[in-house]
This record gives sequence, C-alpha cells and structure tokens, in this order.
Amino acid sequence: MIATLGRFIILTSVFVSAAGAMIAFAAGKRQSLDGLKLARRFAYAFAALMVLAVGVMEYALLTHDFSVSYVAQVGSREVPTWVTIVSLWSSLEGSILFWGLVMGLYIAGATWLTRNAYPDYMPFAIGTWLSCAAFFSFLISGPANPFITVPQPPLDGNGPNPLLQNHILMVAHPPFLYLGYVGMTIPFGFACAALLRGRLGHSFLKPLRASLMLPWIFLTIAIMLGGWWAYEVLGWGGYWAWDPVENASLLPWLTATAALHSAVVMERRGVLKGWTVTLVQASFLLTILGTFMTRSGVFNSVHSFTQSSIGPTILVFLAAALLFSVVLLALRVDSLESEGRIESPVSREGMFLVNNLIFVLLTFTVLIGTVFPLVVEALRGKQMSVGRPYFDSMVVPTGTALLFLIGVGPALPWGRPKRDQLVRSLLLPFASGAILGAIGFLAGARNPWTLVTLLFGGYAAWVTIVEMSRGGAKVLKRGRRRVGAYIVHAGAVIVLVAIAVSSTMKTQTEVQLTRGQSANIGMYTVTFLGAEDRTEPNRTSMIARFAVTSNGKPVTTMEPRMNQYPQMREPIGTPDVYSTVARDLYLSITNIDPGSQSVSVMMLITPMVSWIWIAVIVMGLGGVVALVPQRRVLAAEAEDRVPDVAAEVA
Amino acid sequence: MKRSRLFLILSLAVAAIAFGVIATTGISRNLVYYWSPTDITHAGDKAYGATIRLGGQVAPGSIRMGNGSLLDFDVTDHQHLIHVRSNGVPPQMFREGIGVVVEGTMVRGGYFQSDRLMVSHNNEYRAPKPGEAINAKQLIKTTKGL
Repeated sequence: MIATLGRFIILTSVFVSAAGAMIAFAAGKRQSLDGLKLARRFAYAFAALMVLAVGVMEYALLTHDFSVSYVAQVGSREVPTWVTIVSLWSSLEGSILFWGLVMGLYIAGATWLTRNAYPDYMPFAIGTWLSCAAFFSFLISGPANPFITVPQPPLDGNGPNPLLQNHILMVAHPPFLYLGYVGMTIPFGFACAALLRGRLGHSFLKPLRASLMLPWIFLTIAIMLGGWWAYEVLGWGGYWAWDPVENASLLPWLTATAALHSAVVMERRGVLKGWTVTLVQASFLLTILGTFMTRSGVFNSVHSFTQSSIGPTILVFLAAALLFSVVLLALRVDSLESEGRIESPVSREGMFLVNNLIFVLLTFTVLIGTVFPLVVEALRGKQMSVGRPYFDSMVVPTGTALLFLIGVGPALPWGRPKRDQLVRSLLLPFASGAILGAIGFLAGARNPWTLVTLLFGGYAAWVTIVEMSRGGAKVLKRGRRRVGAYIVHAGAVIVLVAIAVSSTMKTQTEVQLTRGQSANIGMYTVTFLGAEDRTEPNRTSMIARFAVTSNGKPVTTMEPRMNQYPQMREPIGTPDVYSTVARDLYLSITNIDPGSQSVSVMMLITPMVSWIWIAVIVMGLGGVVALVPQRRVLAAEAEDRVPDVAAEVA
Repeated sequence: MKRSRLFLILSLAVAAIAFGVIATTGISRNLVYYWSPTDITHAGDKAYGATIRLGGQVAPGSIRMGNGSLLDFDVTDHQHLIHVRSNGVPPQMFREGIGVVVEGTMVRGGYFQSDRLMVSHNNEYRAPKPGEAINAKQLIKTTKGL
C-alpha cells in the first residue's frame, strides 16, 4: 500500500518536472512572463512531491513496513531510532530519493528567491533545473526505485551497513555532502541561463555567485566530515587516502573554488565571463561524475553499496549534460563579451589568474589519477589503482604554491602596481613567515615541504590579518563579503599548515600488551587495564580499557573496541582518540582476546589534527559571513567600483 | 595583440604538455596492480618490483608465526600458491581459510613481501567450498578499507 503510494508520487514527479522543464524553455524562447509564472508553479510542485515521497519513506521506515523494498533492505527492529531515521541515506535507492528531496528544496528555494528578478534569464534557469530534476525522478522511478512492493514481507530486516551504524558522524556527513553536491545544480542552471540568454550582466553575477557559495560551504564541511569519519572509524589513523570516493568529493570543490575566485575578477574587471561559466558547469559535471564513481560500484567502497544498474543511466546523463554544456559554450561563449582587460600580470587580478590555473591543475591531477584505472580496466580489462605517492608528489607542491598565493594575491593591489608598492607589500609579511618556520624547526619539523608550508603559512596569515582588519569596525557593515573571504583564507592557511604538520610529524608504534602492562609513546604512558564484553541490542562489543598517564599524572582513560554486528561475519574495529589542541593520541585495536586478557594495539600520536576540523569549520563560517546579505550593499559596491571604472575609461 | 595571443596559446600548450608528461610518469610509477596467485605465477620475472595487491585465500595449515611480529603464510586461488611474508600484527579476523588482500612486492627470494595485510571485510564474502575456484579480482574489489 505504502509502496504503491510512493511509486505514484514519484511517477507524478517525473511528469511534473519534465513538463515544467519544457514549459520553462518555451517561455524562455518566447520571453513569456505567463510561461515563467507557470514554470515556477511546476518547480514548487516538484519540491512538494519530493517532500511527500521522503515523508512516505520515513513513515515506512519508522513503522518497519517491510513490504516496501527499501525498508526490507535497510530496516531492522533492532537498531536505535536515530539509525532508522538516517537509514534513508544508508543505501543506494534511499540515497537517490534523498538526493531528489535536496534537489527539490534547492530548486524551490532558488525559484522563490528570484521571483521578482531576472525575468529574461529565469525561464532558462528553471528549465535547466527541472531537466536535472526530471532525470533524478526518472532514476527514482526506475533504476533505483525504493518503493517496490515486497510480495512476502520479512518479519525483520538486516539493518543498514554496520560501518554506517558505527559512528554518529554518519548522521552529518551525507546530508552535508548532498547539500553540496546537489546544490551545484543551481549555479549550473544560472550559468546555462546566461549562455542561453546570450548575456551575463553585472546584476546577474549576484545570484550566480551566491548560489555557488552556498553549496561550496556545504561541500567544504562535508569533505572535512568525511575525513573525520574515516579518522574516527576506519582505524588506520589517517583522514585522507586519495581514495576514489574522497577524490570524487574534492573534484567539484576544486573547480567551484576556482569559479568563486574568477567571479571576483569578473565583477571587478568585467573579464573572464566565459571562463567562470565554464568552471561552474565543470563543477556540476564533476558532481555527476562523482555520483557515478561512488554509486555505480565501479569503485568498491563503503559508498558504493551493492552492484546496481544505475551506473549506465548516470553515465548517459553525464554524457548528455557534458554535450549540452560544451555545445552551449561553443555556440554562445562569444556573446559574453569582456568589458575590460587585465593590465598587468603582477597585480591582484594577475594572481587570481594564477590561482585559477593552479586549481585547474589540481583538478586535472586528481581527475587523471582517479579515472585512469577505470579507463584501463574498460579498455584492457586489467585491474589496478593509482598509488598514494602519485597524488602526494603532485599535490604537495601545488598546494604549497596555493598557500603562497593566499599570501601574495591579497598583498598585491589591483590594476598596475608601482615598484615600491610591490616591494613593501611583498617583503614585509615574510618576517612572520620566517618566525613561524623557525618555531616549526625548533618543534622538530625537518621535512622541507613542511618547513616551506610553515614559511608560506606565516606569510599568508600576516597578509590575511592585515587585509581583514583594514577599514576597522566599518568593514562589518560595508565590506562583509571581503571579510568573509579573508576568514575563509585564514581557515585555509590553518588547514594547509595542519595537514603538512600532521602528515609529516606523526609517531606510530604497534604493541602487544597483557593486562597490567604498559607501553610508552611520546609523552604518554599507556596501560592496558583489561578487556570486557558488552552487549547492545544491535551489536556486541569487545572493549579494551587503557589508562593514559603523562609524567606519572593520569590524563584520561581510552576504550577502543571491536564491534560485532550480527549480519557481518567479521568484527569492525573502532579506534578511540584523545584530542588536545597540540596533538591527538589514537589507539586502534588490531587484535583482542578477552580470554587471555591480551591485546595488540596500534598507538599513534599525530600533532595538530583537531586544527583541521576546526579550521574547516572556520572556512565554512567565513563563507556564511560572505553570503549573508548586507544592508546598503549596492551603495557600497558602487562606491567600491567607481575608481576602477574611471581607470578603465582613462 | 595578435602576436601576444599566439604567444599565450603557445605557452599554455607547452605548459599543458609538460603537465601531461609529469602526470603520466607519476601515474605509471605508482600503479598498484590487482593480481591473483595465478597471475603472479604466469608473469614470472615480470612480477618482480611492481607494487601488487595480491588477493586470495589463506591456505589452510600454512600460518606460521615467526619471531616478534613476523608472519608467514600462503595465499592460494586453488590453482597456484604464493608464499607471503608480512611484518606487523595481523588483524583480528585473520585466520586460515579467510579471504585476504596483501599489498607489497614479489622479491627475488621467491616470496611475496607484504607491507599491508587486509582481510575481506565484506558481508557478502563467504569462504569458498573445497574445490571451488576463487575469484581474486572480485575479492580485491570487495575488500573494504583499502
């Protein structure tokens, strides 16, 4: 019954989104205001249907209605209620349905916020969004249908993948990632609208940039949450392994970050219009590529669920969207003519160009390393993967260069700077870089890349602080976007430094202990207090208890464990982490025997890890500061722009 | 104007080619191959030196714990057998008959030196019946946490 209702809602949404897309494009072609009004109603209707469909699915999950195929697949009477609720995104079909919900909310929100503006662009934007919506509705209605009726429903199910039940971060990571991934549809729609309309005026920059900023914030946080989850759950002591699924989340982030930067140049100088539009389109296409890689089962991981037939369908959509974007660009990019030009390469705008070049380089580096094994397997049937050293050796120098740019870019003035201006703005901040480098050296950093990172990091931090405080208290009223950008930069500097330090300065040992024995690592003494079994409704755990002391003083007790889930043959280890500002102590069990009270444990001290999580949140908050509209924004922007325009005219 | 544009395109092309060369050499140096014991046996001398992920079953009766954390065992796909030496404490689930993936290289001593030992963590994995061949590629693909 519930399944039938769900199928009916989804089929209606296929019809509504497809019809809405056609109406919208027709309205755009004829520039009909009535058509636009009608298209908006279809956009709202699509969102309402998605809310309804997810509501029906959650109802089925919570009432354990195993006659719905998705509930039979991931539901279980044994798991806690929070696991039941988040089961919506714990497997393929439900996660695509959740995608539909997020898409519906985004489309409705964007349609609502632009209801009184851009009547010439909006039909094309709504048409593009609803076309994407139609595809995902189709996906939910057929290849990934969660609402299939189970003829003989089981009495109880297996519950979701144990790795996903194993940590609370699993509640947060997928929604953030979806809000980031799906949100790229909105700027994609705006970019395509600009191309279809054949114009990208100054006023249309605002929705384009804002709609890019919002998913960028979510994606930034989501990438961090994914790394954090891996760190807290997978037990190998790291947070990033250049795994294809991690790369899939990073790729659109790289191009979106590049687009956010080139949009600034576009705003100030009236150049790089076609380029910005290309980056926005690339960000969207990379989210679809990422969905294909993670969901189709070509890479096996915790994300890929079971082998499914949705891979080819997504690939067809990717090809269609790519073709549409490329053809549109080729036909229309000339209509987005430049209104100015870049005067000197050694200037703020010149550095923006270098920034874009580096982000594109990073994108290609990661893309090639990720896709290469797929291509080889498709062509020659050989299975392989690209090892971590490739990514490290390529990304470390580029990332360091990026850190340098965070310092040098904002230090340079716009336009054509004078020589003494250059010397002053470039040399002075190096003092703080040298200080940070020296501190790092004294703290034991010997890796040359780490030292260079510290040097550039100190330099960039100085420039960022100086630029942020320029204008004093007035900036919060007037230059909020600028301040937001510098908060993001400050966060990025800390993240890059923390990554360099934490990945090059860790200490690791593996020891076997029986009850009462101790082992030393760094400043800590770790004593094994004993092992015990604990039974919970959905799992049984073997817990090893450790007392941690430092110089004879008790610090904390830690309880890494092995969780055994009934539907899994093998137990899952869950590490325990003791975080301080300076360093993390990480204990991960490889082997435990409660009978003889012995345990093998991997001990790891990693400096500055918690700085990464905090600084990424700072980056997200900076984005929020830049995004929140400010009063008198138009007046301030106009004031800002006048000197540049005057310079161009002269 | 025309000349500077040509110069720009040329320099971009050169940069793109340089990047392509660096990236492809970087990739080809860091490839990790997914092989079964049969693949390694057939490859002969070619197997030496390359980073390989070897997938198969821990042969029954082959596990020997050495001094310290040295561990010896055989990996089989029921057609061929590769002797593996690994350092480090094996994970909890490691035992005879389980599916494993070991990452490392074939060394001249005629055994496989492994730096990483992973056991199949998949709920779909089941130990093969006696006489049943093992699909090593499938095993490697379904081993999580790689």
